[in-house]
Amino acid sequence: MAELTYRDAVIRGIAQEMTRDPDVVFLGEDVAKAGGVFKATVGLYEQFGPLRVRDTPISEQAILGAAMGAAMTGLKPIAEIMFSDFFAVCFDYIANEFPKSRYMSNGQVKCPLVVRTGNGAGSRFGAQHSQSVENWCMMIPGLKVVAPSNPRDVIGLLAAAVRDPDPVIFLEHKSLYATKGEVPDGEIVDSLGTAKVLRSGKDATICALALMVPRALEAAEKLKAEHGIDCEVVDVRSLVPLDTQTILGSIAKTHRLFTVEENPRLCGWGAEIVSIAADEAFYDFDGPPVRITTPHLPLPAADILEDIVLPTPDRIAETVRRSLGS
Amino acid sequence: MATAKDRAQAKAGSGLNDDIGEQKRLEMYRTQVVIREAEQRAYDLFLQNLVKGTSHLSLGQEAVAAGFAGAMKQGDLSFCTYRGHAHTLARGVPVEKVLGELMQRDNGLMRGKGGSMHLTSVDHGVMGSYAIIGAHLPIACGAAWRAQYKGAKDVSVCFFGDGTTNIGAFHEALNFAAVWKLPVIFVCENNLYMEYTPIGDVTAVPQPAADRASAYGLERILIDGNDADVVYRTAQAAFEKARAGEGPSLIECLTYRYSGHSRADPAKYRPEGELDRWKLRDPIKIYRERLLQFGVAEKIITDIDAQVRKIVDDATEACKAAPPPPLDIITTDVYADGGWAWRN
Ligand SMILES: Cc1ncc(C[n+]2csc(CCOP(=O)(O)OP(=O)(O)O)c2C)c(N)n1
Ligand SMILES: [Mg+2]
Repeated sequence: MAELTYRDAVIRGIAQEMTRDPDVVFLGEDVAKAGGVFKATVGLYEQFGPLRVRDTPISEQAILGAAMGAAMTGLKPIAEIMFSDFFAVCFDYIANEFPKSRYMSNGQVKCPLVVRTGNGAGSRFGAQHSQSVENWCMMIPGLKVVAPSNPRDVIGLLAAAVRDPDPVIFLEHKSLYATKGEVPDGEIVDSLGTAKVLRSGKDATICALALMVPRALEAAEKLKAEHGIDCEVVDVRSLVPLDTQTILGSIAKTHRLFTVEENPRLCGWGAEIVSIAADEAFYDFDGPPVRITTPHLPLPAADILEDIVLPTPDRIAETVRRSLGS
Repeated sequence: MATAKDRAQAKAGSGLNDDIGEQKRLEMYRTQVVIREAEQRAYDLFLQNLVKGTSHLSLGQEAVAAGFAGAMKQGDLSFCTYRGHAHTLARGVPVEKVLGELMQRDNGLMRGKGGSMHLTSVDHGVMGSYAIIGAHLPIACGAAWRAQYKGAKDVSVCFFGDGTTNIGAFHEALNFAAVWKLPVIFVCENNLYMEYTPIGDVTAVPQPAADRASAYGLERILIDGNDADVVYRTAQAAFEKARAGEGPSLIECLTYRYSGHSRADPAKYRPEGELDRWKLRDPIKIYRERLLQFGVAEKIITDIDAQVRKIVDDATEACKAAPPPPLDIITTDVYADGGWAWRN
């Protein structure tokens, strides 16, 4: 057991997989000699050498296209897109190429790759370097989408993503890079498509992802301490595949559902979960499901403004309290 | 004193014993005829409403496909566009599989799941046909990167049109391939039009690919794309360079498409006489004349023509008789587990 930052967990996760499998290669902008703009790839170039850890030009289409061509022909590439906002300039690969080649070719073409990216707000970078784009990815059949909330999950889910035979979008939260957590020694491999109940409770289910997970946990402690409300917190972890059974199981127990989403309101993953729950667990509910999201806005840069738009522990706690009528 | 080779050449009186040779020339002739007949058949079947969806024919552009495929070794990889029937056939994919896909039958190359714009046959080295302009240039780079990383000797060849030289992915891929010295060959088939607009109207330089080569430190290569021998020799040199670890090539082939951009296009935007002028330099006509001039018996040529015609006729009948795809394949192969489950 060791305490590790989320950032160092990224390094350890990549190193674990590159050590295990010589077909794992890594490319991106400033990732090799410079160690990444978030310092989340420091030391990999020194450890694995210039053939396996490669700096690219500022060419997001070339990065993802090259990852795909390598994956189709036998490598297991990890590609980094520095900020997830930049998915917009290489979205063809994410939307049209990775997820459709297997289907269109009737199973002939494979695409086992991972795209890692810095996602999410909190750095005061403004509307083009702060977005949470998980919903851009979730809506595309053929992709898998994961977003870890803690260092242990970073390693385990990254390993699962690299070993997965399908294209996986791996969303690292920029505001979590400096956070710490206990990580067991030795190899860690998790599984995609599994949510985790991080806090059990009987009064309400709160589903959260990435940075919203520690905030939901903080809200739950506050609700317990101040109002005696006992919340179950589910870390969704994987949007595709989606572990609906864990979520529905929790609703069956608590009879209330809250989703906490950092993405802007429209077409967020919480809407999908609410819709599934409405279809399949309607009679389990004691009250309406509630989505807590960033409002449908571009993100402002100033700290005082950005802090207001993202769901905070206080806003989560207050919304749950009011909905439960306590 | 004449060498044995000189004597053989004098005897043949022909040039058939040159670097290309008779066997390779007959192979490239046959490939061009297969493409011509299959594409013409696709057009006829479209008029009978038996080819559904869209289709982009390479009638008139056969020499590029034949010349490159002739120079490829087994294991070399082709990356095509939606105008990819020719390159797919040139790698030896059966005509029936291609027509079956165009006709959306169960015997199609991808059983109707991809359609005419996405012909793929990994077993033949056809790594896909891509319908988003420029998308496959970076993908070909990635396949070439794998070859470089693994120390494999295969080369990735990426075919695209003149219009494709104006999209960002083209420039990203060229720079990337040049910087990484990848074993990839970029082949621009300049047929003078991007869809309906003449390429000259929208491009800053006269030769859309060749005039950009220097920006990536590459040699300017501009060739007659209607002469399979010229294409073959140029391809050979590029393959040698790639296999020697000396990096990518960008080759612009001048050619012309006889039909419209896609099946819906009557190509009215072309100036009077342009098509007829290009038909004087028809790649198959040029090649047939050369074979005859080199002393190949006419019977050998007409036998190839007849054989190919029969293959295309048989393929057509087989496709007409083939059932449509079964409904259960709608949900197969979304994910690697063979299915489409996105939740538990
Ligand atoms: C990104 C993108 N933009 C536009 C189109 C529509 N489109 C399909 S083919 C084509 C023309 C391409 O011209 P060229 O590269 O010369 O190829 P050709 O069709 O002549 O073989 C266009 C504009 C597309 N498929 N993808
Ligand atoms: Mg063109």
